[in-house]
Amino acid sequence: MSSIREEILEILAEDARTTVQQLAIMLGVREQEVEEEIRALEKDHVIMNWGAQINWEKTGSEKVDALIEVRITPQRDRGYSAIARRIYQFEEVTAVYLMSGGFDLMVMVTGASMRQVAFFVAEKLATIDGVLSAATHFVLKKYKDNGQLMDVEDLDERLVIAP
Amino acid sequence: MSMEEKLNPQITRIPPSGIRKFFDVVNEMPDAISLGVGEPDFVTPWNIREAAMYSLEQGKTQYTSNSGMPQLREAICRYLKTRFQVEYDWTHETLITVGASEGIDLAMRAVLQPGDEVLVPDPSYVSYDPCVRMAYGVTVPIKTRASEGFKLMPEDVLRAITPRTKAIIVPYPNNPTGGVMEREYLRDLALALEKTDLVVISDEIYGELTYTDQGHVSIASMPGMQERTVLLSGFSKCLAMTGWRVGYACGPAPLIAAMTKIHQYTMLCAPIMGQNAALEGIESEMEHDYREMARMRRQYNRRRRIMLDGFARMGMDCFEPLGAFYAFPSIAATGMTSDEFCEKLLYEQHVAVVPGTAFGESGEGHVRCCYAVATDKIREALERMSAFMARHRK
Repeated sequence: MSSIREEILEILAEDARTTVQQLAIMLGVREQEVEEEIRALEKDHVIMNWGAQINWEKTGSEKVDALIEVRITPQRDRGYSAIARRIYQFEEVTAVYLMSGGFDLMVMVTGASMRQVAFFVAEKLATIDGVLSAATHFVLKKYKDNGQLMDVEDLDERLVIAP
Repeated sequence: MSMEEKLNPQITRIPPSGIRKFFDVVNEMPDAISLGVGEPDFVTPWNIREAAMYSLEQGKTQYTSNSGMPQLREAICRYLKTRFQVEYDWTHETLITVGASEGIDLAMRAVLQPGDEVLVPDPSYVSYDPCVRMAYGVTVPIKTRASEGFKLMPEDVLRAITPRTKAIIVPYPNNPTGGVMEREYLRDLALALEKTDLVVISDEIYGELTYTDQGHVSIASMPGMQERTVLLSGFSKCLAMTGWRVGYACGPAPLIAAMTKIHQYTMLCAPIMGQNAALEGIESEMEHDYREMARMRRQYNRRRRIMLDGFARMGMDCFEPLGAFYAFPSIAATGMTSDEFCEKLLYEQHVAVVPGTAFGESGEGHVRCCYAVATDKIREALERMSAFMARHRK
């Protein structure tokens, strides 16, 4: 059986609105215990934020996502981190990963239009010292994001009453 | 002579299932929440579905051996040994059936002669009595009680035995009550059964859905029991594979041989697609520390607690179910019969539950509520039931 902490995380990862009271009922423990666990999880940054996962496409917003393959020259003593830090500060950047393989950093960028993203890459990203190249790939359609299917059909095809 | 008159009275005398009438009503109610379901709300894990598709691509569409695929039988025996400490020889003591349901029928037909009696805990799953009757046997219900956790009590069992008693069904974790038989209770029951000649038919289809620290214990693992027990189980509940129709029966070689004979001439074999899917399921679970089963069990357990908490808040008495995915609360506070309660609840609050009487006379005064339902739907259903109870409490 997994620990209370693991179960709290499993439940909250699925539904962050689950209240302390509900968690206590679901796990068969006291509310105070749940409160303390959550406080500790927040303090340790295990729980990083409580934001909702939003499918912006459905809001009519024209947001564009792009994946940028960035090749960089690592810097003495500081390796890749110094450049990564310069990149992740930008508001447009939603994720930065250090990668194995054919390029070094994978940068996820969100912008209001393809043009805006392209300008961001050309003017801000590619011009950073140490960046050798930046190849932009635009996201055309998201099927699944952060473990969630984008088009969810809530179909329950079970027999409504069965012995 | 009309067709009706030509029919076998043994079959026509079997009453129709008591739950059909609710079925159509629920289907006409778009906002109805059904706690009347009898299967997991998860779909079969993807690796299992994918393996089944691959097997079809490979053209694996033939009959299998009557007993079922050797690899699957061997895997099931390994699983039963590591998980429940019962050892079976996959070559002579294991049969793959079309769901555990077929196993119930096969066991009855293999064991019963006309007029033989079978002890069946009451309330219990709806198929036992019809299967006994179709094998020309006689069901002897053994009342189980909420105050005793709906367990089979040795003294009740011994009292019901007559010279005609041939077998006893031990269906735990239990549908509809959620009762389980922990090791110490099984030991007492085994001690009592050892002095008798009864065949034990142990339906353990909900075994992996046990919420005690001890986990599921098979009566076959009790001293002196394996040589008289047929263990029936399958993959429908533990791996959300209801539609695949794959189960198994393990027991003494002569009994399995007799069951295989019936199976061979009526079913030929369980569908190969289902068997290949089940093989992937059981192998991958053994390899990955039973992670999918554990994941689903954790989810059910949380919903179980939500439901029990809801019943407690609305002042509905409920024995704490420790297995399967059903709660079996008492509706005594309303003064209604199970049937009345279910009908009123459905029409007034659009919540479907199953009358306890569908599972035997001792189910009167109870209803079965399934918690294999999404959490928010359970909460909504509990709110509606709470309003109903407030209105109808005597």
